Amino acid sequence: MTDKNGFFDLSKSGFTRRTALKGLAAGAGLAVAPGFVRYAQAQSSAPIKIGFQSHRTGIGAAYGRWYEKTTAAAIKAINAAGGINGRQVEVIIEDDGTDPGRGAEVVGKFATQHKTDIVFGTLFSHVVIGSAPAAGEAKMPYFVVSEGHHVASTKLNRYVFQPGITDVKSQIQSMAPWIAANAGKKVTQIFPDFAFGYDHRDYLPPALKAQGAEVIAQIAIPPTESSFTKYFPQIPAETEVIYHVMVGPAVLTFVKELGEFYGSNRPQLFGFIDSLEAVDINSPGLEFLDGSHFWEGSPRYAQADDTEAQKAYRAAVGIDDNGAAVGDPKDVSTAAHMFGCWETLYVVKKAMEDAGYKGPEDRAKLVEATEALKEFAEGPEHPQGAKTFNGKIHQCFGIQNISKVEGGKLKVVHKTKIEDGLYEAEGDYTTQAL
Amino acid sequence: MHFGPHLLLATLEGLVTSAVLALTALGLSLVFGVMRVVNVAHGEFFMLGAVLAWAITTAISGHPALGFLAALVIAPLIVGAIALVAERLVLRRLNYNPEATIVATIGMLYIIQQLALTFYGPEARPVEPPFSYRILLPWFGYSGYKLSIIAASALLLIATWLVLTRTKIGLIMRATQYDSETAQAFGIPVGRVYGGVFALGAMLAAIAAVLIVPISQAHYLMGQDPLLLSFIVVIIGGLGSLRGTVVAAVLIGLSDGIISMFFSPTLAKIIATLLVAMVLVFRPQGLFGTAAR
Repeated sequence: MTDKNGFFDLSKSGFTRRTALKGLAAGAGLAVAPGFVRYAQAQSSAPIKIGFQSHRTGIGAAYGRWYEKTTAAAIKAINAAGGINGRQVEVIIEDDGTDPGRGAEVVGKFATQHKTDIVFGTLFSHVVIGSAPAAGEAKMPYFVVSEGHHVASTKLNRYVFQPGITDVKSQIQSMAPWIAANAGKKVTQIFPDFAFGYDHRDYLPPALKAQGAEVIAQIAIPPTESSFTKYFPQIPAETEVIYHVMVGPAVLTFVKELGEFYGSNRPQLFGFIDSLEAVDINSPGLEFLDGSHFWEGSPRYAQADDTEAQKAYRAAVGIDDNGAAVGDPKDVSTAAHMFGCWETLYVVKKAMEDAGYKGPEDRAKLVEATEALKEFAEGPEHPQGAKTFNGKIHQCFGIQNISKVEGGKLKVVHKTKIEDGLYEAEGDYTTQAL
Repeated sequence: MHFGPHLLLATLEGLVTSAVLALTALGLSLVFGVMRVVNVAHGEFFMLGAVLAWAITTAISGHPALGFLAALVIAPLIVGAIALVAERLVLRRLNYNPEATIVATIGMLYIIQQLALTFYGPEARPVEPPFSYRILLPWFGYSGYKLSIIAASALLLIATWLVLTRTKIGLIMRATQYDSETAQAFGIPVGRVYGGVFALGAMLAAIAAVLIVPISQAHYLMGQDPLLLSFIVVIIGGLGSLRGTVVAAVLIGLSDGIISMFFSPTLAKIIATLLVAMVLVFRPQGLFGTAAR
């Protein structure tokens, strides 16, 4: 047992057969006895592990960073109040690169390597759609904060839930009456050429038609486009409202070029704040947006009528009255979406408690307990507002805010009602086998 | 909108794309022509230029033109210095071996990109243009700054051409490109020329980025598109040929502007790629390139 360098010469360190045997015996004892105790404890005190699929890199990175901050704040609050079923909650973060392929890999990694209890997810619709099959295959409950209609369309699977943020179809339906009544009747749509944009393409025209308005042109723009002037000639001259949904880092260019194209003589603008999340509304070039309107899930700027719960939530996440990080006014948050992380985690807590969740073997019970939820009351756990939940389509429905850009701030001018956004279910996840 | 104004807008947009593309691709083309190194990290030098422009304009208060001019001078210098260090530490140690340098520059691409993400962050940040004059045409408005990009790029291209053809440095570079061994035998410090050319290539990309950043934004992933388009331009124009690079950049930029406006942007990309394939099949050395010896 020796080589030239003595690497394998165990006797050098006084390692004899006797000590080896002793060590073996002790090791075996350690492995068996206390291990047994640890296993017994796992049921009661080992932390619940939540795998967090985050857009750390790629085009969604700004969202990822704020989703992480909100999640950390929510978990801190949940743990401080005693955790879930008396157990602390631990979050394990993996980067999905804002990429569907990597998203699916990350879900697989959570299932097989980290062995998390659930996976908690992400914003970009293509990542969610790409990851959902992996979650279904691993029978891993997958809670997303994505805003898209893909969950509610019942085209994914029984393990995917969106209980913290209203889907696009509902948002559009609830806001269409306001657009038709206040902005204009002839609408041109500009949207990104992928899943999230298609939700807008497909659901806005019928929603507006029901209000006596119409979509007169639809312009799809590739998500990687960096220059937009070339699309503007397609906007018909009689357009009264430009309805814009742009996602990605190029949105500032979009607004700036729109400003150069139209000058002060522009149609009304109605947009989804998604484009300008994490972007300071007072950035150079955005003056053009003054007086235009935006959808906001949760308002970025503190409003005069904010509830105590909303104030407490903002303080916990660490955003100031302008929706930027406390202490860094340039670090603007993704306030319109990230509240969904906070609320989703409280839904998970509620469902786990209802199910008496103990460990991965109870995942099916957790799915059923989540499906049994009906409504969430406005309060510290749901600071954005009250919501109803449809267990058949795994989707929640809440209020929407329409905000006007005024004096470099976003001011909420209209709040929709939950009923405005309800629609006929397109399917039923609960009929799928678990 | 009628056909005439529509075409005018498409042409203007195409020319702006061409102008930036020509500068970026010229950098890539020089590096390949002289050093025979395929620099996959070229787009990241472009990104660095934009990010530094943001940092410099934010640091300098006062009229936006001040910050912009400072960025136009300082950002390329810093990027050039970084490129020089990368060339000394990495490419030289690989003896400019073509395969090894491709892998090494891919590595550089990721390192630069992730460093930018770490220190600059994931946001797209705007840079204020030095002046914001809106040219009002009867049919539409157009940014005066965009037109100035075309002019600035043309001036820089002419300057580069003068340096290459009329100065001693240019002569040395051309000699190294033509035959580096013989050049070395005649006492030309080929190693230093390589370092200088690599830095110059990166600086050209950085200048292009500083020019474009007021109408685009600085973002850590912005280097990918220019890289791809530069490769397309360089392949069509002929590696190492300044004239070919400019002609190909105008061709690709204009066709991108016009085709994507009248048909679809996807079709424009398809046609550009098809063009590359055709050139590779029928004229592998590119439109203006000379066959490799």
